[in-house]
Amino acid sequence: MSTALEVGTENCAGPEAGEITPALEEQATDLIARYPVSARSAVMPLLHLWQETFGYIGPRGVEWIAKKLSLQEIQVLELVTFYPWFRQKPYGKFHFRVCRTLPCALGGAGKTFAALQKLMGLKPGTHEGVMVSADGRFSLEYSECLASCGTAPVVLCNDNFHEKVDEKKATELVGGCS
Amino acid sequence: MFLMARREHRLVFKNIDVRGYTRDIACYQKHGGYEILKKGLAMGGAAIRDEVKKSQLRGRGGAGFPTGTKWSFIDPAKTTKPIYLICNADESEPGTFKDRQIIHKDPHQLLEGMILSCFANGVKLAYLYIRCEFTEGWKIMEKALEEARAAGFLGKNILKTGYDLEIYVHRGAGAYICGEETGLIESLEGKRAYPRIKPPYFPAVLGLYMCPTIVNNVETLCNVKHIVEMGGEAYANIGRSNNTGTRLLCVSGDVVRPGYYEFPVGALTLGQLINDVCGGIRNGNRLKAVIPGGSSAKVLKAGEVYKIKEKGLDGKMLDKEVGLEDLRLDFDTLAAAGSMAGSGGVIVMDHTRDMVECLANISAFYAHESCGQCTPCREGVLWLKKILGRIAEGHGREDDPALLKEVADRIAGRTICAFGEAAAWPVQSFISKFKAEFSARIARNGSASRHDTISLLH
Repeated sequence: MSTALEVGTENCAGPEAGEITPALEEQATDLIARYPVSARSAVMPLLHLWQETFGYIGPRGVEWIAKKLSLQEIQVLELVTFYPWFRQKPYGKFHFRVCRTLPCALGGAGKTFAALQKLMGLKPGTHEGVMVSADGRFSLEYSECLASCGTAPVVLCNDNFHEKVDEKKATELVGGCS
Repeated sequence: MFLMARREHRLVFKNIDVRGYTRDIACYQKHGGYEILKKGLAMGGAAIRDEVKKSQLRGRGGAGFPTGTKWSFIDPAKTTKPIYLICNADESEPGTFKDRQIIHKDPHQLLEGMILSCFANGVKLAYLYIRCEFTEGWKIMEKALEEARAAGFLGKNILKTGYDLEIYVHRGAGAYICGEETGLIESLEGKRAYPRIKPPYFPAVLGLYMCPTIVNNVETLCNVKHIVEMGGEAYANIGRSNNTGTRLLCVSGDVVRPGYYEFPVGALTLGQLINDVCGGIRNGNRLKAVIPGGSSAKVLKAGEVYKIKEKGLDGKMLDKEVGLEDLRLDFDTLAAAGSMAGSGGVIVMDHTRDMVECLANISAFYAHESCGQCTPCREGVLWLKKILGRIAEGHGREDDPALLKEVADRIAGRTICAFGEAAAWPVQSFISKFKAEFSARIARNGSASRHDTISLLH
């Protein structure tokens, strides 16, 4: 396991535009095959696939998935709006999720969040929803329990997980974003 | 006794953090991995189910329901529909981080336990529902499944026994409610994770795709492997009667050494866990409150004394008075003390922490995670969050504690799933046990009353 302070490889910035490659089609087919009883079960895996490929889930993604699984578009869209992980607009190139639940709060998550806000040039004092920096490089949000309460406070940067992120480590993390 | 108590009994965590132990199948097999699967396949499904029943294993996800009983709702010989098994790896109860260790460091142990459980119950198709925040964990499980398939432990005709089984990983998408088993099933069916109306009380009757389904926690399934290995009776000898086996305990908050530990159920008291195992309260502070089984469990206050019935040496039930630090960490004792062992997540708060702020944080969690299906929960939990927010911000009203209790009382018992109780219990217990602190905070109103003792309020 890598211990270096590196950011993840997840594509959080979009745009949703881009070619639907045969490789993507093949991945989708493989995912659907995991649900021999009901193809509808593949909605969430396909939403993950689309978001990871194109950065976010817009109307184009909803339409593509609905068509693939012979569903109404609303049956796809209602999942996008229900599950907090799915996003309908691009985030920053480097998206940070800071756990805010009690054990992390006791460990100083609020200070970590404030430090990240400052480092990213985001408006201080606010915390509702996702904040994206003006240049689109960074985005930041609070997340609920990330299940690593013994190493609080914890942060997900794109798809890379970091433990015991105090203000110093937060500075290193942001510094490592390039 | 005290020295003994500090020694862990690592069964499920036997290989976790052991120097040189890696998560690949070669290392697992070098340490005896998949040998128990061979033993289990030779024993036959009914014999495995029998051993699990004898072991008195209770589910490790939170409810503590006997696993053998859950399985016995399904008779593989009689049912005509396919039977499914789902491993609940949606670990998201605040304070709990045990399944993460298994998934990251010993994934094949989970798979071996899962394959044994599937075989025992005649399951041919199973899913591992993992929360998507485990961004590395799901890749690890995908790889482990590939390795197991290549080695012939999964797929068609497993180890030439004629038994077929497929297991697939299914990722969640950031919703706590997917840990509720019927919500999880809805999610796996490609829908919003709205928990199902009960009855039927168990997915064993109507589960995934309206077929009999078993949903078990990661730790529970790992224990099945050890039960098959040592036999149900030997397993039941670990721990205490009706509280058998080992338990993974996750300690977080204001202790010197937070972390994950494994002990026989009930082998140590809350005081031993906090003071001996975790090195006491950090920064030389004093203990103020403990949440013993994940954030949904009712809070316990330092200095409290509980009246508990316990079986004496002569077999008669005795009334005993037990202090907080002398509470035995098992299912029955914590239930008798008015809380629960839940998911094994112990959150410790020291005397510098403001209880209004701690509760405001907890209620913000539940307000965010309510699925929105039942009105009392969707509206009520948001009320709880808003009222607690205003008290914490210095705008509390005199009758707010009473209002909080009233709202919480009207959520619990009026919802489809146990989320209603999970959101109400912290509020009910914090308000009744720390009433003076809430009143004092409100009396002090104004911006000067803002402490921010927990680094963030919302």
